Amino acid sequence: MNLEAFLTEVKSRFPGASFEQAGQDWVLRVPAAEWEAVAGYLAGHGPRFDYLSSLTAVDRGDRLELVLHLRALAAGERLTVKTDLNREQPEVASVTGIWKTANWHEREVYDLFGVVFRGHPKLRRILLAEDFEGHPLRKDYVDPRRRKVEGQA
Amino acid sequence: MDLIHAPFVPGVIQTTVDQVINWSRKSSLWYMLYGIACCSIEMMATGASRYDFDRFGLIYRGSPRQSDLMLVTGNVNLKMAKVLKQLYDQMAEPKWVIAVGSCAVSGGPFRGSYNMVDGVDQVVPVDVYLPGCPPRPEALLDAVLKLQRKIMRPQRQGVAS
Ligand code: SF4
Repeated sequence: MNLEAFLTEVKSRFPGASFEQAGQDWVLRVPAAEWEAVAGYLAGHGPRFDYLSSLTAVDRGDRLELVLHLRALAAGERLTVKTDLNREQPEVASVTGIWKTANWHEREVYDLFGVVFRGHPKLRRILLAEDFEGHPLRKDYVDPRRRKVEGQA
Repeated sequence: MDLIHAPFVPGVIQTTVDQVINWSRKSSLWYMLYGIACCSIEMMATGASRYDFDRFGLIYRGSPRQSDLMLVTGNVNLKMAKVLKQLYDQMAEPKWVIAVGSCAVSGGPFRGSYNMVDGVDQVVPVDVYLPGCPPRPEALLDAVLKLQRKIMRPQRQGVAS
């Protein structure tokens, strides 16, 4: 089955989802509420996306975009999955139960963006020190140690 | 008398004893194997046979308790700073520190970053600052020679050649 047909099937199963082709890749957008369910479906059906190559986030200013890069090793397919999170209270279900790799990736996203992953086995900072305050990859983060040049905002 | 902290009372014989002790210290600077970023690659190159750290008496040790010299070869972030301080505290006196590379000297290309210690001298006292990104092995050898000169003449502040 080719990827487009599979994505059409996913869309019929999860009505909130949509997909498009971006360059050589297919991007699947899902609502945050269906994040874990869609991920589980992708891992177990069609080409079987059994390999999580990365999970990260992007601060779009008005929302946080969560991005999954998946690969189906046997079928040789790859897929990008995205969802939008509320910037003020970013929260989403963890996918560590589906791909174990997600564990550290989600901790990193929590560390740098402040996204809370429900159901994560050990959600604490991974790169920065435990007592670090704030989430520095958010666009509104202000480094308290930063020296200002005169006239700079 | 406390050999480590207080030199002998000045006198002809005692001064010579001091010099012998200093000579033995500078000739067996065992450094801690502690590489934290890209500058460590240069440290490894310096330790290997082409540049050969051994001929200056520098042999790497795996434990801070056996080391006299700490080469801070890379960028120290806020999380690592605590580890660095702990390792330094575990080294036996007398001990020396060389800040290798721009990162350790001042923060280098990462200066001002949210998670960076801008210069390792904010955490531990530094004896020799070695700029470069990264400094070549010859520069590292030169820094070690400067440190050896400093050890031989503790009363002199600068170590200009
Ligand atoms: S000074 Fe340059 S080479 Fe050395 S650790 Fe920093 S970035 Fe790497």
